[in-house]
Amino acid sequence: MTTCALTDCWTMTRRELAHWARQPGQLLVALVFPVMLLLMFGYLIGGGRGVHGHYVDYLVPGMLALTMAFGLEGTMLAVTQDLTKGVIDRFRSLPMADGAVLVGRSAADMLQSAAALALTAAVAYALGWRAHGGPGAFLAAAGLLLLFRFAMLWTGIHLALVAGRPEMVQAVQILVWPVGFLSNAIAARESMPQWLGTVVQWSPLSQTATAVRDLLGSPGGEPGHIWPAVLWPLALLAVFFPLAVRRFARLGR
Amino acid sequence: MTEAVITVEDAHKTYGTRPALNGLHLHVGRGTVHAVLGPNGAGKTTLVRILSTLLRPDGGRIEVAGHDVTTQPRAVRRRIGLLGQYAALDEQLDGRQNLEMFGRLHHLGARHARVRAAELLERFDLTGTGRTPVARYSGGMRRRLDLAASLITDPEVLFLDEPTTGLDPRGRAEVWSAVRSLAGAGTTVLLTTQYLEEADLLADRIAFVDHGRVVAGGTPDELKTLTGGDRIDIVLRDAGLLGAAVALLPLPGTSVDADRRLLSIPVTDRTAALPAAVRALEQAGIEAEDIALRRPTLDEVFLHLTGPDGRTAGVAA
Repeated sequence: MTTCALTDCWTMTRRELAHWARQPGQLLVALVFPVMLLLMFGYLIGGGRGVHGHYVDYLVPGMLALTMAFGLEGTMLAVTQDLTKGVIDRFRSLPMADGAVLVGRSAADMLQSAAALALTAAVAYALGWRAHGGPGAFLAAAGLLLLFRFAMLWTGIHLALVAGRPEMVQAVQILVWPVGFLSNAIAARESMPQWLGTVVQWSPLSQTATAVRDLLGSPGGEPGHIWPAVLWPLALLAVFFPLAVRRFARLGR
Repeated sequence: MTEAVITVEDAHKTYGTRPALNGLHLHVGRGTVHAVLGPNGAGKTTLVRILSTLLRPDGGRIEVAGHDVTTQPRAVRRRIGLLGQYAALDEQLDGRQNLEMFGRLHHLGARHARVRAAELLERFDLTGTGRTPVARYSGGMRRRLDLAASLITDPEVLFLDEPTTGLDPRGRAEVWSAVRSLAGAGTTVLLTTQYLEEADLLADRIAFVDHGRVVAGGTPDELKTLTGGDRIDIVLRDAGLLGAAVALLPLPGTSVDADRRLLSIPVTDRTAALPAAVRALEQAGIEAEDIALRRPTLDEVFLHLTGPDGRTAGVAA
């Protein structure tokens, strides 16, 4: 039973990999998008409101966290598109594990996000961004970012299952921007009105960005932010993972 | 009847306030082809989706291959194949990739899945498609691959939801011959259709469904006798005399088609009725172009059962 569940998840992950092989363009866009954001904010818009120290050093961890948050809409779009296709009926009429379709999606999205992180970090390095702290701190930072992405992913899957149709994703795509910017990703909290700063401080995205800055010795890091950056995503996962799996299993009821 | 492989008792399903199934009963014997016939919105697709575990019924006892669809969906899924109304395929992948993926999800193992995919591609004449993604397949090819995908494990029960809707005559003939060969090999087939011809051609038994319940069921021959058995079709030379002819042969259920100058009369005693009709027309001097004795078509049964305004007449199954 369990081995079947694992092979089912692997089969569904392979399906997503085969899609990439068929249409590498989509994957490429997903990888280049965060690099574009980084260049836009680093050079076009730039400035770094309220930031002490090098803006690029401040921006890169924030940008990486923002990229993870924006992954939500990509996941959501992919799931809603899958739901409208006939193939979902075939999957649901097969004796496969309940969550395998969703796990396949999440495995592929995690791979894509890890690649996007690596590419963005490499470009940032070329732009002069330096991570301080040892390889352990670097890996911990990457782990926190991917954990955050994982939480956004299952949030996205659940929202997609609730929304049902790709058209509904547009509303979320519009909302993702202000919600994403309602954080310390690109501007320091100190530059904002106090009430806004308070909201921003509580955003899960801010927690992850601050923890990553702290780990990498970037400006804007505050010690003691590691736990919130672990607990926030875990809390989101505890809510949305079971909800999403349950909702998928109950499609058609 | 032989052992029932599909048992549906008092199935209910409501979408919002609109009932899709309203106390539907159906028994399908092992190794038979059973057609579920009905107009759009009769509940045919809802029935197939419930039987194939895609949709949960609101009530009723529904078993497929000895397992309850609500409490043991996985056991049901292991034993069924489903060909839905729309292609249930991954459009971005090619035929082989699709079949291998579905084979793995049936837990055939990588090797077995590969062999089975190759077999099915061969059997459905799809070996030439190579790496072409399904998105670029023609309608007929897509249908064949979809059918192949629903046969990966040689299912005990195969559900076909309007399998030939939208296909050209050649594609339709291909599906028909596939259904026949499956039925010949002992697969139980439940197919829904709007085409009476298709039901007549393929099915051992037919269930007429309207407004979420079976309004009549039986073999095609049994159903045809429901409208009163045989009919005499008389084509007159002069359409103006149709009224006179009807007055001459006053039998209930007579229908008149003025455009075709056709009079269609249901008869119970075929050997006596034909000469009697010929004599009566001769004596009245009404000239007939053609007189034929025939069995009713399922179209007539269907109209008879659903009534002229599309409402179900009071006929019990």
